[in-house]
Amino acid sequence: MHRTKVRIVEDALDANNTIAQANRADFDRAGVTVVNFMSAPGAGKTSLLERVVGDVPQVRVGVLEGDVQGSMDAERLAGLHVPVTQLNTDPSFGGECHLDANMVRSALPELPLQEIDMLVIENVGNLVCPAEFKVGEDVRVMVSSVTEGEDKPLKYPLMFRTCDLVLVNKIDLLPHLDYDLDRFLYNVDQVNPAAERLLVSARTGAGIDAWRDWLSDVAARSREGAIA
Amino acid sequence: MHELSLSGAVLNTVVKHAGDRRVSLVSLRVGRLRQVVPDTLEFYFEFVARGTLCEGARLELEVVEASLRCEECELEWEIEIPAFRCPTCGGAEVAVATGNEFEVESIEVEEAACIAQK
Repeated sequence: MHRTKVRIVEDALDANNTIAQANRADFDRAGVTVVNFMSAPGAGKTSLLERVVGDVPQVRVGVLEGDVQGSMDAERLAGLHVPVTQLNTDPSFGGECHLDANMVRSALPELPLQEIDMLVIENVGNLVCPAEFKVGEDVRVMVSSVTEGEDKPLKYPLMFRTCDLVLVNKIDLLPHLDYDLDRFLYNVDQVNPAAERLLVSARTGAGIDAWRDWLSDVAARSREGAIA
Repeated sequence: MHELSLSGAVLNTVVKHAGDRRVSLVSLRVGRLRQVVPDTLEFYFEFVARGTLCEGARLELEVVEASLRCEECELEWEIEIPAFRCPTCGGAEVAVATGNEFEVESIEVEEAACIAQK
C-alpha cells in the first residue's frame, strides 16, 4: 500500500453550476426570465413581491417560494392570483439555509412554465449562503432594508457583489433611524459599482413603480437575448 | 452554515476522482472572498465523509488572498477590505483576479502495491 497524490484542480461547485446551466436552458426554452430574489430574513422580500407580481405590464409572473419550513409566504402571495409553488428545504434535520440548483431542478415539474413569462425565486432569507449557489437565474436581485445598517455591503460582499439590483427597503423609516443612506450607497458602490439601486418602501409604496418597471425591463431584455 | 453544503460539494468532487481508492488527504484552495470559515469546513467535512472513501481524510486548506484587476488601466492590486473600484483610474470594470477560488487542488489516495512488481 502506498500513497499517491492526484492533481485535480476542479471547482467544488462545478456540479451545482452544471445543474444551474441546465435549469437556465430549460427556462430559456420555455421563454421564462428567472429572478433569484435574496435578502436577510425580514428585509421585506415577500412584501415587495406582493406589491408588484400581479401587475407587471405584459409579464405574467410566477413565484417559487423557498423556505426552510412552512408555506406562510406562499399563502400570502396566492391571494394575488399568481401561480405560486412552494419549495421547502427541510428534508431531514435543520433544513438548508439556501436554495441550490438541484432543489430548483426538483421543483421544475411543478412549475407552470407555459403560463408564465417570469419566475421569481424567493430564496431563503440569508445573506451568506444563497450568494454561493447559482440556481439557473438570469438576474439577481437583493433587498437590503435600512434597519439592517449601512455597513452590510462590506460585511457580506459576496452577496452584494453578485447582484444586478439592490432594493433599499423600508425607506419610510429613515426619519426614525441613525442610518446613513449616502454611506450605504457609497458602500454598495465600493463593492459592486455596476449594481443598480432603487429606494423603496413596501409599506408606503414609494419607489414601487420603479421596481415594477425594472422587472418589466428585465423581461424585455431577456426576450431579446440581451442578458448574458 | 453554508460550510455544510460546501463540504458536501468537496466530498462529491473528491469521490468522483478517487475511483475506489481510499483518500487520506484533500488539498483545497479557498479564496478570501468566499466567506468560508476553515475550522467550520473541516468540522463538517469530517462529518459528511463518514462512511465514504474520505472517512478519516485530512482536509488541508490553502487560503488565496483577494486581488483585483482593472480592465481599463490593467492595474492589479491586493485588497484587504471589499472595495472594488480601481484606486488609480476609478474604473468600475474590475475583475476578481484571485480570491474567488473554491477548488479541490489535489487529493492523496492509497493504492494497492503495483501489480507489475510481482
